[in-house]
Amino acid sequence: MSDKEMVDIYILGKKYPVPASLTIMDSMEYAGYQLVRGCGCRSGFCGACATVYRIKGDRELKVCLACQTKVQDGMYLTQLPFFPGNKETYDINELEPTADTMGRLYPEIYKCIGCNSCTKGCPQELNVMRYIGYAQRGELEKCAHESFDCVMCGICASRCPAGITHYQVGLLARRLTGKYIAPESKHLTERVNEMEAGQHDESIEKLNNKSVEELTELYNARDIEK
Amino acid sequence: MYTAEMRELIKKVEATRPERLGHDYSRMTPDERDQVLKKYHPDYRASGFRTLSLGANEGSKVPLELADLLEAKSRLENVNLDLTKVDYDVDVLIIGGGGAGASAALEAHKQGAKVLISTKLRMGDANTMMAEGGIQAADKPGDSPAKHYLDVMGGGHFTNKKELVSALVKDAPGTIKWLNELGAMFDKEADGTMVTTHGGGTSRKRMHAAADYSGAEIMRVIRDEVHNQGIEIVEFSAAVELLLDKDGKAAGAVLYNLETEEYAIARAKTVILATGGAGRLHYQGFPTSNHYGATADGLVMGYRAGAELAFADTIQYHPTGVAFPPQNFGALVTEKVRSLGATPVNIDGNQFVFHLETRDVEAAAIIRECADKNKGIETPTGVKAVWLDTPLIELIHGEGTIEKRIPGMFRMYKKFDIDMRKEPILVYPTLHYQNGGLLINEHGQTKVENLYVAGECAGGVHGNNRLMGNSLLDILVFGRRAGSHAGAHSKTVEGKALSLDHVKKYHQSLKNHGVKTDRISPMLLPHYTHGRENDK
Ligand SMILES: Cc1cc2nc3c(=O)[nH]c(=O)nc-3n(C[C@H](O)[C@H](O)[C@H](O)COP(=O)(O)OP(=O)(O)OC[C@H]3O[C@@H](n4cnc5c(N)ncnc54)[C@H](O)[C@@H]3O)c2cc1C
Ligand code: SF4
Ligand code: SF4
Ligand code: FES
Repeated sequence: MSDKEMVDIYILGKKYPVPASLTIMDSMEYAGYQLVRGCGCRSGFCGACATVYRIKGDRELKVCLACQTKVQDGMYLTQLPFFPGNKETYDINELEPTADTMGRLYPEIYKCIGCNSCTKGCPQELNVMRYIGYAQRGELEKCAHESFDCVMCGICASRCPAGITHYQVGLLARRLTGKYIAPESKHLTERVNEMEAGQHDESIEKLNNKSVEELTELYNARDIEK
Repeated sequence: MYTAEMRELIKKVEATRPERLGHDYSRMTPDERDQVLKKYHPDYRASGFRTLSLGANEGSKVPLELADLLEAKSRLENVNLDLTKVDYDVDVLIIGGGGAGASAALEAHKQGAKVLISTKLRMGDANTMMAEGGIQAADKPGDSPAKHYLDVMGGGHFTNKKELVSALVKDAPGTIKWLNELGAMFDKEADGTMVTTHGGGTSRKRMHAAADYSGAEIMRVIRDEVHNQGIEIVEFSAAVELLLDKDGKAAGAVLYNLETEEYAIARAKTVILATGGAGRLHYQGFPTSNHYGATADGLVMGYRAGAELAFADTIQYHPTGVAFPPQNFGALVTEKVRSLGATPVNIDGNQFVFHLETRDVEAAAIIRECADKNKGIETPTGVKAVWLDTPLIELIHGEGTIEKRIPGMFRMYKKFDIDMRKEPILVYPTLHYQNGGLLINEHGQTKVENLYVAGECAGGVHGNNRLMGNSLLDILVFGRRAGSHAGAHSKTVEGKALSLDHVKKYHQSLKNHGVKTDRISPMLLPHYTHGRENDK
């Protein structure tokens, strides 16, 4: 045995000693599991590794992302690799960015009882209850910004007594905001029009016809925006 | 979270900060760049490569770990499959559910094709989800697609396939508009002007971002759209071999259900490989920023079917991977941290390289600082690293910039009690991107008929070095091009009997070339033990 500091963890009830420095995800592999589900980016971006745990002696169930949380002694672990959540399908081009739209597609948001379980569980520290509140009131832009860092791990939905799938509500609000509410980027529209009119074809064709030497020369002499 | 020794060393960084602030470190001359690359970049370490003894690229060198998978046997060698029992029958089969796969699916569907996406992990659990920094497109006044073109070529050391580069820069503004119209939320000023920044090697500020969740924002939106369009997806279902018809044209794939361990036959008129990168092969022992399923499966399957590799010997090591804390070892510190003004600093508190050299040069300079100059900082796991002076960002752009512009980074460090607003962070290069892949033309076609490739699995666009922000762009540009072409083309293809003869031939060829092996590929998933053997 090495001199590493070890802790005991319980995976699906079975005890394994693992180094205290590991994340939950790494500790499962250390224990001998090969992960198939519940593992994606390993960096806190994809929400694949939602995990439920309890510390021995403590009654409270906690939730986290396994790739972003260190193991603790006496941790009882189970993963939440797929939690069923409702997603409505829609044609984004036919929606209006209003409270009506939210309420029509996700009427359950009005059943929120304000228990705040969603917020307490969010590993991204988002104020989930608040963004649902914004959705109810049709304040879509606020909902979009408040929910922006959501990794869609589903932890909030797993705890909601009203059966809300928060991350889908947030996503709809964001798409409506990105498409309809955020100001148009005029320079983008103009450039796309220029491209479609073929205005840049010639300058690119010219470069296509240059030798490596000529390109290198142009490249080394190019001015760089401050 | 920093150790006492590290906190002592941080004082040196703080001491030199005032004099470094506002002073640009000089850029390397072309000659200097050349020298540092040849001496320190892992791509130039001959011991990391081997020459392929068979296949379309016989005689060319690829990383050892990839060669081992290319010169291996099929998972299906001893499996009896009835290829006439078809489980899925579609027009377009898309293998891989990242950004390239999803955008290809949307376009193929738009062409009226019946589409199936088969993906190894969940839809969207992919490198695309993790991209933080941004996506390039020349859409601002003062910039032009031609300037973008020159940057791409220069970044790729002028080895890029020109027709692919011109497709890339021409489609770029339209791609951003497409995303915007699907509802992706880009960072904008109040008047709608896109907030854009520099990346290493760019001559204009053309990096569009959605905070530091750029890839996540793009992936969640296009995945949602794939769901809205009702496109069929099978998850935890990895392709293990392509199927060809008797004329050698691509005609489907054998899928493997990772949970029930059963095989399924998917027949298709056209096939698009969009399996992404290879970081999890840990070339030359490097850590990686890549997602769990980045094991080069597409390269292996495509190569066996006869497609050609391009630039498979050039790998991108991102200069700034997390070196500390160990829990995040190898994870990415987005280049945006440097674009915002953080600079690399050695153990004495001195900057040793301009902070926005191209990635290969920047990474080589960091390796030189640690290996040769011995000016690295030793971490508790024994890894050497350099500082990235992040507090500079707040001094340059004002307090609050880090939380606003790079919240994901800030959160990742905060979880382990490091406040990057106040303390510098420790970084070392990490295996990040596969510059090369299966060679495509401007429609994403390979020389195997009806076989398309898109995204990180494809080669040629970036030559032998990619610039930041051109990959998110490339997966969408060529994902959409491949999807559109494969969708339309599928209508002209006649379904024929399926065959795995090419796999048998490949096995025979291994024998003929004297390759003796028990290796099996594609790898599908890596197997980690985190040093358990040594602890027993
Ligand atoms: C941490 C990080 C940050 C990055 N930041 C940026 C950035 O800021 N800007 C930029 O332009 N680029 C960035 N990149 C690069 C860019 O994100 C990727 O190159 C790009 O997203 C790859 O997209 P893809 O669709 O080709 O592959 P992926 O998004 O990786 O998708 C591949 C998919 O294929 C599936 N798959 C793999 N094997 C099989 C199989 N055998 N069968 C079925 N499915 C399979 C996987 O599960 C996955 O769903 C970053 C990359 C990383 C890792
Ligand atoms: S809002 Fe819900 S789905 Fe999103 S990150 Fe928080 S807990 Fe996960
Ligand atoms: S968990 Fe559900 S009911 Fe409770 S506050 Fe959140 S949204 Fe409302
Ligand atoms: S594996 Fe992606 S969030 Fe943990």
